[in-house]
Amino acid sequence: MTDVTAGAPERARGGSLLEGSARTKRRRAREWRMKAYGIGAIVLSLATLFVMLATILMDGVSAFRQATITFPVTVDAVIVDKAGNRNPEEMAKVTTIGYKRLLSQAFVAHLAAEGIDTAGVPEKDLGDMLSDDGPARLRDRVLADPSLVGQVVEVSVYATGRIDGYLKGRVTRATAERDTNVTPEQLDLADNLVAAGILTMPFNWGFLTGPDASDLRPEASGLGVAIIGSLYMMVLVAIFTVPVGVAASIYLEEFAPKNRLTDLIEVNISNLAAVPSIVFGILGLAIFINFMGLPQSSSLVGALVISLMTLPTIIIATRAAIRAVPPSIREAALGIGASKMQLVFHHVLPLAMPGIMTGTILGLASALGETAPLLLIGMVAFVTNYPAGPFEGGVMDPATALPVQVYSWASRSDPAFIERSSGAIIVLLVFLVIMNVAAILLRRRFERRW
Amino acid sequence: MNDMRLVERDVSNRQAKIEARGVQVHYGEKHALKDVDVAILDRTVTAFIGPSGCGKSTFLRCLNRMNDTVASAKVAGRITLDGQDIYDPRIDPVQLRAKVGMVFQKPNPFPKSIYENVAYGPKIHGLARSKAELDEIVETSLKKAALWNEVKDRLAAPGTGLSGGQQQRLCIARAVATAPEVLLMDEPCSALDPIATAQVEELIDELRSQFSVVIVTHSMQQAARVSQKTAFFHLGSLVEYGETGQIFTTPQDPRTEAYITGRIG
Repeated sequence: MTDVTAGAPERARGGSLLEGSARTKRRRAREWRMKAYGIGAIVLSLATLFVMLATILMDGVSAFRQATITFPVTVDAVIVDKAGNRNPEEMAKVTTIGYKRLLSQAFVAHLAAEGIDTAGVPEKDLGDMLSDDGPARLRDRVLADPSLVGQVVEVSVYATGRIDGYLKGRVTRATAERDTNVTPEQLDLADNLVAAGILTMPFNWGFLTGPDASDLRPEASGLGVAIIGSLYMMVLVAIFTVPVGVAASIYLEEFAPKNRLTDLIEVNISNLAAVPSIVFGILGLAIFINFMGLPQSSSLVGALVISLMTLPTIIIATRAAIRAVPPSIREAALGIGASKMQLVFHHVLPLAMPGIMTGTILGLASALGETAPLLLIGMVAFVTNYPAGPFEGGVMDPATALPVQVYSWASRSDPAFIERSSGAIIVLLVFLVIMNVAAILLRRRFERRW
Repeated sequence: MNDMRLVERDVSNRQAKIEARGVQVHYGEKHALKDVDVAILDRTVTAFIGPSGCGKSTFLRCLNRMNDTVASAKVAGRITLDGQDIYDPRIDPVQLRAKVGMVFQKPNPFPKSIYENVAYGPKIHGLARSKAELDEIVETSLKKAALWNEVKDRLAAPGTGLSGGQQQRLCIARAVATAPEVLLMDEPCSALDPIATAQVEELIDELRSQFSVVIVTHSMQQAARVSQKTAFFHLGSLVEYGETGQIFTTPQDPRTEAYITGRIG
């Protein structure tokens, strides 16, 4: 285009091949600049990605470890079983407050027995180093197994978020001075406990399995409900979208006449893929919750809304995969006398399968990270009860989802939730990576050459 | 053109297998085929020649209704196979294509095993009642296509792994396996080397004993070598149709002469 020069071209005749002409030099320079732009763009995106991942990892990795205090407790029958008949129903009348006292006393006694210097820390502050989550867990454990009453059991109780933060470097003595929740003396004691092996930092399974917890005990909050909710939704979305999406694509690609109506449908499918996700949330709220009366915050409604969003993506990917089947294969099958149906199911679908699967999994992966529509249907709720099993109506129970959990933790005030929301992002990314790897493996496995 | 063997021109069978009367094809606005009348004889090799875009492939694809798959194509006129109008609305193109097989320009085996490639047609048309019968059909079809000796030990190997010439013969075997009455070949040798071409041509000559073969070709030598009847198409019209020997030695139409002597095309 710009290479064309006006007037007669001047050709240097007899010039050496070893020296480039001015023209070739200019062309080379242009090519070099083009490459430089490309490399620059790639370096820029890699650097951005690196910064993002590094930030998330630095903030979030600590969420996978948790300061835990381990000590023996005598489950005193006087406190937990006043009637003395080991009847779980009557024992349930003792609230966590009773157990809290039990734990505090046992902790203080253990410190005295181990000969750890608790100077400067009042007895009440000693007990406050234990998470409020501990009494509840001990209560559940005793109610589940009343034979523990009267025995000495070894308990592992989370330390409070401040002590946990101190061991992770988030809380310092300077911040403790200004903090009503923790004193510098408690931090000194924490150092002693670490030295004595009572306070440890094991892998935090509770973060992956536990339900959400309030601002009062950030150390107990976990992703259990969110992971179950996301899992339910992914399975339901796959069940809803794959048959509908593949059937729609096959019909549109292979059977539908090409006319105004199908053109209109095609354009609208492409447009639906570009509709902001929050619009689908409003649609879901109006149709599934207000009109159909399905329960709020349930994974079923979440899955329905996300299915609406994912369908266009899956249809577009599937149609592209079907269209990529070479026409020679279609001609071969039709020329032999295969019907449309036989053509589709014997030849087109097997060849399009890797593409369909990749498109579907990538669609599901983007659905896994979808947040906005779930906010509108109430999945941002504070859910501390696990949903029931999938065959016991669990999909109708309130649940949250991973990205929504990230969102809700990121907006909490306690600084302990910073690492938790980053940790939740790591879990979400791990799920996404697993799905993408699955897409690649499936593609390799089913790919056939022609 | 010394290599043209203008021999064996006795067209013994005079019975028409396919008769076309006033066939018109439009692709949208384009009038691709104008008023073609032709009678294709049984157990004869008929060659369609002509320059690119002259409508010979279009006409070939009318004969088994492969043009149905092209949305913009409109076919008018009457084409009969054994006296039955193949464009009758009651005709199922699927059944028609089982009777009128087709081999395409580019070898297009299915990405399946050699066995599956040949067995597919008989399977979907229910030609074999047992596995043994199917095996037999596969074997005889591959033998007819002169491929059996090369592939009999690796029937489970993918058909796409064969050489170009072998793939084309596999496609012929696949078309033959459904026991068609007419075999349409759309430039079957254009993607093949001379040796594979010679094999396929020999094959066509052998197939003549059982089917009526219609072959579209760009090579006049090939038309002269394999066919008994030749039709010359030009700009969408059938210019001349007659005995191959007569077309190549004493063409009636000046356009045919010009094409054969290489002045147009």
